[in-house]
Amino acid sequence: MNWEAIKSIYLFEMARMKRTLLQSVISPVITTSLYFIVFGTAIGTRIQEVNGVSYGAFITPGLIMLTLLGQCISNGAIGIYFPKFTGTIYEILSAPVSMTEVVIGYVGAAASKGIIIGLIILATASFFVDLSIQHPVMMLVFMVLTAITFSMAGFIIGIWADNFEQLNLVPMLVVPPLTFLGGSFYSIDMLPPFWQTVSHFNPVLYLVSGFRWSFYGIADVNPVISLVMIAVFLTICLSLLFWIFRTGYRLRK
Amino acid sequence: MPAIVSIRNLQKTYANGFSALKGVNLDIEEGEILALLGPNGAGKTTMISIICGISMPTGGTVMVGGHDVVRDFRQTRKLIGLVPQELTTDQFETVWNTVSFSRGLHGEKANPKLIEQILKDLSLWDKRDNKLRELSGGMKRRVLIAKALAHEPRILFLDEPTAGVDVELRRGMWAAIDRLREGGVTVILTTHYIEEAEEMADRIGVISGGELLLVEEKRALMQKLGRKQLRLELKSPLSALPPSLEALQLTLSEDGWALTHEYGNGAGEARIGAVLAAMESEGLTISDISTHQSSLEDIFVSLVGDRA
Repeated sequence: MNWEAIKSIYLFEMARMKRTLLQSVISPVITTSLYFIVFGTAIGTRIQEVNGVSYGAFITPGLIMLTLLGQCISNGAIGIYFPKFTGTIYEILSAPVSMTEVVIGYVGAAASKGIIIGLIILATASFFVDLSIQHPVMMLVFMVLTAITFSMAGFIIGIWADNFEQLNLVPMLVVPPLTFLGGSFYSIDMLPPFWQTVSHFNPVLYLVSGFRWSFYGIADVNPVISLVMIAVFLTICLSLLFWIFRTGYRLRK
Repeated sequence: MPAIVSIRNLQKTYANGFSALKGVNLDIEEGEILALLGPNGAGKTTMISIICGISMPTGGTVMVGGHDVVRDFRQTRKLIGLVPQELTTDQFETVWNTVSFSRGLHGEKANPKLIEQILKDLSLWDKRDNKLRELSGGMKRRVLIAKALAHEPRILFLDEPTAGVDVELRRGMWAAIDRLREGGVTVILTTHYIEEAEEMADRIGVISGGELLLVEEKRALMQKLGRKQLRLELKSPLSALPPSLEALQLTLSEDGWALTHEYGNGAGEARIGAVLAAMESEGLTISDISTHQSSLEDIFVSLVGDRA
């Protein structure tokens, strides 16, 4: 293992986040605060409790997941897409590093950023609503696994994308509907049976539900199933990456 | 001395059937400067890309320092520094950070002293905290060289290092490359500028259409293929070459105002004395004399042109 290289890529990527502090940290925090003000404080006070939890507190895990997913996919994608776009990828390709090391560096950095932003939003939320975290360790496990999985998904998108539109397709067009319809703002118990069934095909449901369970001990699906589903997504991403490296897809001519 | 880079029957055929390299064989000696000349699309960059690991060969092998570039890529890539043709830089990074990053990427521990020395050698030291986008093209090119040197490679590939660089900077870059060679670094450069190859290289390889047409010591190449020409301008024009001059490898220009005498390599021995004596006895007055040695450029054009 070329640890020095992994460290270099990781720190290089983290430095990029520091340079774009406004865009990468402040902007998601402001967006989430707006959600809290509108849904939590303004409208939330008129909505009854969901499963014994105040509405503002109920939506907090979903909001963190919403940002975590979007950030991890975007960061994972841009981290590898940008060198491809500018041509600096030549350096990675001609360095004594294996693709595994490249992934650890880029995905590690993207996941770290996602987790840092997630924790900042959690801290922000505590100013607006009463939070309780019943299973803090499991909360971190859900957060870290989700961050790694979706940073990998982002990395795959970054390798696949040929232009900026493709790059933004998934984080802009796929993630928001899945998160909004994945039980971030409601319990799927509130839906008619047909739509409950449809919701079970939405991968984000399992993430939000498991994550919310770690806060309040309430869940739409069994938290074990949530964990299993995350493991499944992780496996899918790893398999895709393995295939990409074996074939040199879009990287080595 | 064993070759530091050894290329055997190297082939590259793209998925669309285009064959960029058609079985190249080449040994590069440690410590030499080898210039690869060739027209656009000849396969120079493809060859370098394969040696450096950016591209995969479809046939043949490349050994660097005794290791296979595909199987033992960790060993070979540590030995190699690459300066790409395009000015590809992280616009928002500082010079210092991007050069340090390159060192780390090659698995080397940070060494600020060394990076300082490299930046000073390339006259970049006072720009170390500048962002790359603030630099001129020539400076960016030098940053790319600094990046390639940051892990102390033994072999440096320069893909058209002076393309789009002004004359003064080009001279500076040549001097920098010369210093590297003194430090024992093997340098392989591709170029369009024949002058550059003529000035710097120990050996010259000519690539065209995916094939290595020849590799020769520069001096031997110039001698083998070079011709000299003596041109004699006349005071008054001739309508035909006098019979006494016909045996002396002389040709009369179309307008009759000049005689040329070709000699060296295949053109026969120089007979300048005899030419001058014969002209004297014919009563021809010479108004001017000039000699011209065919340059690498002429050699190159005739080599590549013959095949086209």
